[in-house]
Amino acid sequence: MKKSILGLVAAAALAFTGAAQAQSYPTKPITMIVPFAAGGPTDIIARIVADHMSKTLGQQIVIENVAGAGGTTGIARAVTAAPDGYTIAMGHLGTFSAAPATYPGLKYDPINGMQTIGLAGGTPILIVARKNLEASDLKAFVAAVKANPDKFNEAHAGLGSVSWTTCTLLKGILGTPKINAVAYRGTGPALNDLVSGQVDFMCDQIVSVAEQVRANTIKAYAIASAQRSPALPDVPTTKEAGLPDYQIEAWNGIAGPKGMPKEAVDKLVDALNKALNDEGTKKRLLDLGTVLPTAEERTPAGFAALIKRDADKLTPALSAAPKQ
Amino acid sequence: METIAHLSLGFGVALTLKNIALCFVGCLVGTLIGVLPGVGPIATISILLPITFGLDPTGALIMLAGIYYGAQYGGSTTAILVNIPGEATSVVTTLDGHQMAKQGRAGVALGTAAIGSFFAGCVATVIIAALGAPLTKLALLFGPAEYFSLMVMGLCFAVVLARGSILKAFCMIMLGLLFSTVGTDLETGQERLTFGIPALSDGIDFSVLAMGVFGFAEVLRNLEAPEARDVVKGKIGRLLPGWDDIKQSIAPVLRGTAIGGILGILPGNGAVLGPFASYTMEKKLAKDPSRFGKGAIEGVAGPESANNAGAQTAFIPLLTLGIPPNAVMALMVGAMTIHGIIPGPQVMTRNPELFWGMIASMWVGNLMLLVINLPLVGMWVKLLQVPYRLMFPAILIFCCIGIYSVNNQPLDVAFTALFGLFGYLLIKLGFEPAPMLLGFVLGKLMEEKLRQALIISRGSFVTFVERPISAGLLVVAVLVLAIALLPSIAKKREEVFTE
Repeated sequence: MKKSILGLVAAAALAFTGAAQAQSYPTKPITMIVPFAAGGPTDIIARIVADHMSKTLGQQIVIENVAGAGGTTGIARAVTAAPDGYTIAMGHLGTFSAAPATYPGLKYDPINGMQTIGLAGGTPILIVARKNLEASDLKAFVAAVKANPDKFNEAHAGLGSVSWTTCTLLKGILGTPKINAVAYRGTGPALNDLVSGQVDFMCDQIVSVAEQVRANTIKAYAIASAQRSPALPDVPTTKEAGLPDYQIEAWNGIAGPKGMPKEAVDKLVDALNKALNDEGTKKRLLDLGTVLPTAEERTPAGFAALIKRDADKLTPALSAAPKQ
Repeated sequence: METIAHLSLGFGVALTLKNIALCFVGCLVGTLIGVLPGVGPIATISILLPITFGLDPTGALIMLAGIYYGAQYGGSTTAILVNIPGEATSVVTTLDGHQMAKQGRAGVALGTAAIGSFFAGCVATVIIAALGAPLTKLALLFGPAEYFSLMVMGLCFAVVLARGSILKAFCMIMLGLLFSTVGTDLETGQERLTFGIPALSDGIDFSVLAMGVFGFAEVLRNLEAPEARDVVKGKIGRLLPGWDDIKQSIAPVLRGTAIGGILGILPGNGAVLGPFASYTMEKKLAKDPSRFGKGAIEGVAGPESANNAGAQTAFIPLLTLGIPPNAVMALMVGAMTIHGIIPGPQVMTRNPELFWGMIASMWVGNLMLLVINLPLVGMWVKLLQVPYRLMFPAILIFCCIGIYSVNNQPLDVAFTALFGLFGYLLIKLGFEPAPMLLGFVLGKLMEEKLRQALIISRGSFVTFVERPISAGLLVVAVLVLAIALLPSIAKKREEVFTE
């Protein structure tokens, strides 16, 4: 039974590859390393994008989940692989912009030591709180936190996670780095304790918190993006709510080892763009609450600039954060 | 009344030809991977995720759910016939199920497991349908302090009720807790006990430890004495339990279903505790506890029912809160989001056909598993009766593939081999590995909850006795330990447990 299913899969894969004519690159399947467990936000985006990219490239992109150390294990493996274009990785804000300031012994250099391909999508960050917290809007919340920083508990999904990174930035901007940070293994358990009122607030991606906000089990103070999200149109932006400095997005993008052949880079960029322009793929990504990247961000140079910009923004707060 | 309307909507969805077919495929694939040690539902579901792209969300989830509970069924087949738990939750079934098989009652053990699981599955389906929403409120009463106390209580029970000496059981639990602290510290990012090995920076993987200590060690033990082959070679015997067996099983099945169902709802993989709890309870309640470990049918009926009930009620936190209680459920979250459905409290109202269709399909799936499994037992046995020289390499290869597929780390496979040697040593020295596994599973969560509770209470330990639920759980834990250590009872226990 299992054999025949695998057979079907193999046949389907062959049908895809057979459809495209023989080209110089790629001549064999490409490995895309996802540095997190299967089923997480980055994994889902990688699988959606890779599915369409495989059709354009005429070779299957195989997703390999190499989890560990906040995603840095997998990225380190990808960017130190042979630069032949057959090993690439889908990383995110944490692994590309925050990692150098988070992990002192990082084995790769995201700014100078890798070849960027392009951004696959971004997800806005929300500041959310337990529903019975007194502050009714962001201004009141900021005032309360600044007045009594030691009275608040912040939840995050572990050192190096998106929620930790973005909340550490928030605490840096508020000038209250010492707020009690309660670590959980993953967003799910953290959100659980926020719903039941064990902790006071957290920052996380709209994908993870939107349903709880809509169900009024938690409340959202603001969204840290330039525009309101169609998924939660009632939540004001940080600019509207009076904290314009807090602008951050959790994005996912593709990169590979430095020194990849130009032909491989060009073809991967082209395949990524075709995937992002495909109606079916677009719809899947938008359904996840993803913001599609601009034309500039879809290029290697534009993506590299984004990595650098966010690294500059995050480094002061992350370096000052109590880690050890 | 509303429940009936909901269920009829659900059955309307689940009983379409396409969804029945998907449910069947899921159950069959699930049983197969459950039977094969080493290939778990996590690996299978993640491999099959892309295939579900082409299906509608309800059909996709029905198939994936079928794989998940099919694997629970299949896992017990391997546990009974080969003494290797196919899944973590069937560890307990090896104790008495395999002994029954050795006595020529493999068929009855398998039949009891299947019927008990079917009953538990039916009850769990009704529980999910009727109590899903109110029960999530109970789970929300549990903060970090309550979780920690609950786990302390669980481990106290495990020490007191373990087989063999109390000291050895205590040592094994402590060792399990110690293993669970290996890896990166959650709060500070410091590496602990990793000896500079990068592969250890995320700790020891559950499958690595379990597969090594149970799978590899079992193979080693079998090689040592080829004549004492553990795969049941002879007759499976009749499958349907006799009247005496049924009389003995009814109460354990009912109790197991209740325990498993309740524990499964708790976020934090409570489902794993179910079989352990049920087994210890049956042993405690039995008139003659010395039969346990020697082929007592209650030791199969109770834990198997608890296992299946827990596997299904674990869907409650996922479907009603959107919070996955274990790794497989986390994959289900992934599958739902791929199809544009964000798991959460709103799924029930916004996608009623998905929510109730999936619940109804669980009942359909349970019936299907009963129908698939009883006639197919012969086939599974044939699969497991392959000669040693073919079977051992095959088991090892499947274990290795399974382990490699979890993280794609070659070193994981080496570690499994190491744990295999270690497990062999434990068997030789008379240590029971099951309490170690329990300590390991709970250890990570316990440490996390302890530290969360202390951070929230600003370092005050009073929080554990201030909160009523937490205090109650701790009192039970202390009582259990005290009773076990009373001289008169301790002496009696010695007689009962030491073999």
